[in-house]
Amino acid sequence: MTADLNSYLFVGAVLFVCGVVCMATKRNGIGVLMGVELVLNGANVNFVAFSRYTDLGLDGQIFSLFVIVLAAAEAAVALAIALNFYNNHLTIDVDRANKLKG
Amino acid sequence: MVGETLRNLLMIAWLLPLAGFAVEIFGGFWGSRKSRVAAWMSVGCIATGFFCSLSALLIWGSSNNFWKVPHETDHHADAGHAEPDHAVADHPADSHDSHDSHDSHDSHDSHDSHDSHDSHDSHDSHDSHEPPVVLGQTVYSGTLYYLARFGSLDISLDYYIDSLTLVMFTMVTFIATCIHVFAMGYMSEELTEELVDHSAHLSNGHHVHRPGRYYRFFAFLSLFCFSMLGLVLAGNIFQVFIFWELVGICSYLLIGFYTERKAACNAANKAFVMNRVGDFGFLIGLMVLWTFFGTFRFGETLNDKGEVVQAGLFQMLPRDETGNVLRDAESGDVKIGVVTAAVEPGGTRTIPYSLLVVAGLGVFAGCVGKSAQFPLQTWLPDAMEGPTPVSALVHSATMVAAGVYLVGRFYPMFVQEVLLTIAYVGCITLFMAATIAIVATDIKKVLAYSTISQLGYMMLGLGVFGWGAGLFHLITHAFFKSLMFLCSGSVIYGCHHEQEMPKMGGLWRKMPITAFTMLVGVIAISGLAVPGLISLSSVFAFSGFFSKDAVVATSLAFVKGNPSHFLLFIVPLVTAGITAFYMFRLWFYTFAGKPRDQHIYDHCHESPWIMTGPLLALSFFAAFCAIGGEEGPLYRLITGDQPAHVAHGIAAPLGSGELTLPGHEAIHAVHGTAGTLALIAAASGTFIAWLLYGTTLVNVAEIKRQLSGLHGFLANKWHFDELYDGLFMKPSHVVGSCCVWIDKTIFDGIIHASAEVMIFISKWDKLFDEAVVDGFVNLLGDSTFAVGRSLRVIQTGRLRQYVMFIVVGVVALFAILFTTFPG
Repeated sequence: MTADLNSYLFVGAVLFVCGVVCMATKRNGIGVLMGVELVLNGANVNFVAFSRYTDLGLDGQIFSLFVIVLAAAEAAVALAIALNFYNNHLTIDVDRANKLKG
Repeated sequence: MVGETLRNLLMIAWLLPLAGFAVEIFGGFWGSRKSRVAAWMSVGCIATGFFCSLSALLIWGSSNNFWKVPHETDHHADAGHAEPDHAVADHPADSHDSHDSHDSHDSHDSHDSHDSHDSHDSHDSHDSHEPPVVLGQTVYSGTLYYLARFGSLDISLDYYIDSLTLVMFTMVTFIATCIHVFAMGYMSEELTEELVDHSAHLSNGHHVHRPGRYYRFFAFLSLFCFSMLGLVLAGNIFQVFIFWELVGICSYLLIGFYTERKAACNAANKAFVMNRVGDFGFLIGLMVLWTFFGTFRFGETLNDKGEVVQAGLFQMLPRDETGNVLRDAESGDVKIGVVTAAVEPGGTRTIPYSLLVVAGLGVFAGCVGKSAQFPLQTWLPDAMEGPTPVSALVHSATMVAAGVYLVGRFYPMFVQEVLLTIAYVGCITLFMAATIAIVATDIKKVLAYSTISQLGYMMLGLGVFGWGAGLFHLITHAFFKSLMFLCSGSVIYGCHHEQEMPKMGGLWRKMPITAFTMLVGVIAISGLAVPGLISLSSVFAFSGFFSKDAVVATSLAFVKGNPSHFLLFIVPLVTAGITAFYMFRLWFYTFAGKPRDQHIYDHCHESPWIMTGPLLALSFFAAFCAIGGEEGPLYRLITGDQPAHVAHGIAAPLGSGELTLPGHEAIHAVHGTAGTLALIAAASGTFIAWLLYGTTLVNVAEIKRQLSGLHGFLANKWHFDELYDGLFMKPSHVVGSCCVWIDKTIFDGIIHASAEVMIFISKWDKLFDEAVVDGFVNLLGDSTFAVGRSLRVIQTGRLRQYVMFIVVGVVALFAILFTTFPG
């Protein structure tokens, strides 16, 4: 059995759905962040797969590199927010973060 | 050389008062109302001006060998004449004749008039075999500053210096200096922070309280001196007009100096408006001159090389050898002499003779206004509302004499119709004003009418071809009239601002210096003389005798040549008697007899030295400035540069109906007769005045009662104010009330109606605005608000909920995508 494009897209879709479910269900802020990472990596798999199996060339791989860099940056910022949130509220439950509610 | 020196000296004298004015008015003297600095500054400026003028006069005299003449020639009458050669040299007529001779004469002129000292000397030595030494024809003219150029018309500040200019400068600066010094004393009550003006009332009946305005008075005096000297120095008729208006505005400011007094304000306005009437004529004259002559300059315009570029006004009018204006035989037009080499090469222009008359009459109209001649005389008596030094300086000695000065200055341009008008206007004025002066009781009003009358004499003298006589009277009158005004000022000051003569009397005991100097002035103006005191052929007299004698003699000579104009001799002769009468009446009324108002008499006092000093100085000149009469230095100075055609007169061709204008010979022939008659008239006038007011032999009140009709007529100033009131004021009021009616009913009606329409439209507009526009805008706002309010519910702030929205959104997007594009 050889791997074809649809297999990769399937893996990407599974990753994406896992990530989204994680984001939507976890109350732990770190868990939400992990969900975000899953979503991004699902997208990365798609990029690389399209770059391999279609005539897009290297564009997809470059994009996935950018996404990884962005994910790192986003993780740094988000972890800093989480830390500060914890310092102030002694919890990282995102449902408790409702100060800005109108 | 000489020309430049004279120019510089006179410019200093002219501009110093302007500098003084600037410092005085802007120098911050309002901070220290008790300071006399402004006054000293003003006196310093004008006194320096006097010394400059005097030295200019002396330089002029010595450079023209003027001072030697009487010793070198026995024949005095010749002194006024230029020798024929020179009279011709300045004669425009022959500059018209042939071009060659014209050129030589012009270069001759330019030697004389344009300060080439060497050539002037050589020219003297050239003529030295012909005694007497050259007098006259020594005019220095040129341009000081270019103001503007309109086409070929240059507006510039020029100077035109001849002996008349110099004499006027010296006279004006000297009298102005005396009056400035006098005013330092007279105006001293202004040296206070709070002055109570007893003649000005507020609407609640209180007196006006105001800060003193000492500095402002002297600033205005300085400005006036600048304007007056500029008028005298002016080298073109437009410049004369500029300074003419400047002296007018100074007169306005000074008459209205006590601006809180209603009478002073009215008098200032009256003076200004009456002068505008005359100035309108002046402007018409200027337009005619410009249109036909193309220049305003009196003298020639030279280029850098000293060549004549353009002839001046005075050179342009062609006259034949007898002095008549040359006219074209057929059309009667006058060919104007060489115009402009540059503008119209070799060309001549013609002016219709009638327009030449119009130009002359126009310029004379300006003089009528300024010199308060009939029919514009009514402003001058009212102008006495100003402070007395102003009356002395502006309204007797200088500004009102500017009209006479201009007639004299502009003499070469007047044709005989204009001269006759001048003579008759002067004649009417001098008689009318003298009669009013008889019944006036305000001491300043008497002097004002006397001024008008004497100005009439000057105009008459100029009109009957007595150029020298009229201007001679101008100078002597300036001295004795300013003296008398200052004396009246001293009286008013001493009597604590009482001006009514019936409340005075016997004042000579209290103020001997004033009484004495006033008597000098009165004798001078009356023309009294003692014949044969020094020698049988000469008379001893004060200045007024000589000058009035000259005027009367000229008019007698004129009447001899033109018997139909006999009134021109009879009226001034009779008026000479009236003059003596009213002047001695004034003196007797004020200074002699018993005090009529004991209260005033008790409180009156002699003025301080700063006021009596100028009186003494002026009385000396009032008495002796004309010493020697027409052979004396003053007369010869004035006539040093007289117009060329004046000396020998003009004989009318037989049967031509034109006037015969007397020359010096003709005048000299009747001098004795005229002098005797004038002296008899003056003596009888004096005698009657003494009889009525100096003694108690005759009851004046009885005479007044019997002649009440005449007295009322005279006391009402010949009803001129009523006449003008009826002729001009009332119609103006009628026109004004018509305008008011039209305004109120028609224009206001239209405006009110349109306003009503606008209000009606606005009401509907308001309804529309409120219902439609506001409704739409409110609806928009309300709906936006409602949408916002409903959307607010979704913004829960829960992170996981947002993620759910995203997921649902993505799924929905995919669902739409796949349903829309299946496959």
